[in-house]
Amino acid sequence: MQGFASSLVSVAFHGIAYGMILYVISVGLSVTMGLMGFVNLAHGVFAMTGGYVMLSAMSRYDVPFPLALCLAFVLVAAASVVLERLLYARLYSAGDLEQVLLTIGLIFMAVAAARLAYGTLQQPVNLPPYLKGQFALFGRDFPAYRVFLVAFSSVLVAVLWFGVERTRWGAKVRAAVDNRAMAQAIGINTSLLFTVTFALGSGLAALGGALGADIIAIQPIYPFENLITFLIVVAVGGMGSLRGPFVAALLIGISDTACKYWLPQFGAFFIYAATIAILLWRPAGLFGKASQ
Amino acid sequence: MLTRIIACVASMIFAASAGVAVAQTVKIGLISTYSGPTAAQGDQLDKGVKLFMKLNGSKLPPGVKVELVVRDDAGANPDNAKRIAQELIVRDKVQFLTGLVWTPNAASIAPLAAEAKVPFISMNAAGVGIPYTSDYFARVSFTLWQSSYPLGQWAGKKYKRAYTMVSDFAPGHEAEEAFIKGFKESGGVIVDSVRVPLAATDFSAYMQRVKDAKPDVLFGFNPAGKQATAQMKGFADLDLGKAGVKYIGPGDITTDEELQGMGDVALGVMTVHHYSAAADRPANKAFVAAYKKEYGANLNPGFMSVGAYDAMQLIFDAINAQKGKMDPQATMQYIKSYKNANSPRGPIAIDPETRDIMQNEYLREVRKVGGQLANVEIEVVGKMVKDPWKQLNPKK
Repeated sequence: MQGFASSLVSVAFHGIAYGMILYVISVGLSVTMGLMGFVNLAHGVFAMTGGYVMLSAMSRYDVPFPLALCLAFVLVAAASVVLERLLYARLYSAGDLEQVLLTIGLIFMAVAAARLAYGTLQQPVNLPPYLKGQFALFGRDFPAYRVFLVAFSSVLVAVLWFGVERTRWGAKVRAAVDNRAMAQAIGINTSLLFTVTFALGSGLAALGGALGADIIAIQPIYPFENLITFLIVVAVGGMGSLRGPFVAALLIGISDTACKYWLPQFGAFFIYAATIAILLWRPAGLFGKASQ
Repeated sequence: MLTRIIACVASMIFAASAGVAVAQTVKIGLISTYSGPTAAQGDQLDKGVKLFMKLNGSKLPPGVKVELVVRDDAGANPDNAKRIAQELIVRDKVQFLTGLVWTPNAASIAPLAAEAKVPFISMNAAGVGIPYTSDYFARVSFTLWQSSYPLGQWAGKKYKRAYTMVSDFAPGHEAEEAFIKGFKESGGVIVDSVRVPLAATDFSAYMQRVKDAKPDVLFGFNPAGKQATAQMKGFADLDLGKAGVKYIGPGDITTDEELQGMGDVALGVMTVHHYSAAADRPANKAFVAAYKKEYGANLNPGFMSVGAYDAMQLIFDAINAQKGKMDPQATMQYIKSYKNANSPRGPIAIDPETRDIMQNEYLREVRKVGGQLANVEIEVVGKMVKDPWKQLNPKK
């Protein structure tokens, strides 16, 4: 019985750590897709870029880890504003297919560019010494970096929730998600709001990519390989909400870890089965609004 | 229109006959992966081929030239590879087929090569059964049985309880089967075996299971690079080393080109394999120096580059032996008795019975040498090992 409780704790812990990473990477996608109705498949590109920025800052310029994280967020957010103004803004009113084609094209270009700049091999991750090793808590050892991941992401989730639910900017975003035309009509500058939100979403993706670099390896094929997982989080959680992807990411993280632990012979099967079941039950996702 | 066609045909005949008069050209069809998600492996082959051509491309009999016809199979896609091979055989009339990162692709081409009587040399594709499907297939790379079976025998003498964790695809199954057989033969017990999906990124749950099972040794196999790294990270994250578990596997999990990127989690991992860039044989030192000069001091050649390099050496030796007048049957006879004492990996030979590679298998440990991670060779666990699977399963 004690053995079972012990494995329960470790499954919960590792599942939460994995889920947190998924959440930080995917939440931006949920907000931008929900807010702008823009099918941004190239979201993983921002996560990958964040990873590359952090890792090169650390290995080439000896930037300390916390600063490199901030750098990843700021640089990628700034770059995404340029992309948004140049490319994305032109296709806001276009159909899904055009948006998919544009963003798939962006993925191809990013993959090729990353391969040119960094080669095909994965990037080495050298965490600072204070995040390596084990962290003793309640008489158990937990990997220090994962403890940090859970703590950091929890703070981030709280800040995001506060920003969207309790600030004026958040109210505007929610208004635009609910009804873009009406929000515009009452004088909200939705164009600026979109740009800022897009930058925030991309910056969050970059932060997630950088934070998760130790778990989800940074290499050129990243945006393709992980696209399905990001889309699952958003689809299961429901677009345009913050709570949805959070619950979905934790659900996926924990259930995937539990399945690996207790039923490893089923492999990756469970995650897809769960996705299908949830989407059959609630086609708009757990917290999504039914499409108008 | 008709005159134009005649003129065109005439000029082609003229060009062809002129070609024969000036030089004998041997055409080599090279099929590898240059694009797509798995281009990294193709890049390894490409580097080996290019280095060979640069260093030895002119070592041919007088009047003989070699032309490489390079094609991209874009990843594991047997239908595509078969079509490309058909084109190379029928249209380009190649006298050799070589390359091949992927087993499924090589398996689809092998029967074709036998039908067309085109000698087909695998630079990498390691599927253990392929030689049985084609008399014109030979391999200079390796099989997973060659490394995992001796590793199992060695580990079985040293450790009692083993846990195996391999990626869930054909090479993983081969490695698992070979290790378990070797390990049991030496008196070891397998505690549990798990097959991990290729898409897995987070291995902590799997490793927790291992930790609970308390084995003496964990046998791992994944495609080199991020999969192998992620599995080792999982191992390190849960501090399994401290819990008294040793991490071992075939050398595929600590390939020399990826090793630096894997980081310190790889330290202490013990593997059995045929090639290490850190080996101190003179032939290897010269090879590594040439490689670094060509591709940068930070890049180590991996076993795939060596496979490509050795395959080119074999093809060039076969051309030289026949002075450029290639007869497929004579070529295969030559290949069956082929020996090369000076490969970067040590002596190699082709097993005349199976046309598969024979080579030494070395036990290595990942250590820091001059600030860099390296597969340091400790001992030779098998001298000129024939593929054990074919010894156990002779062709009927």
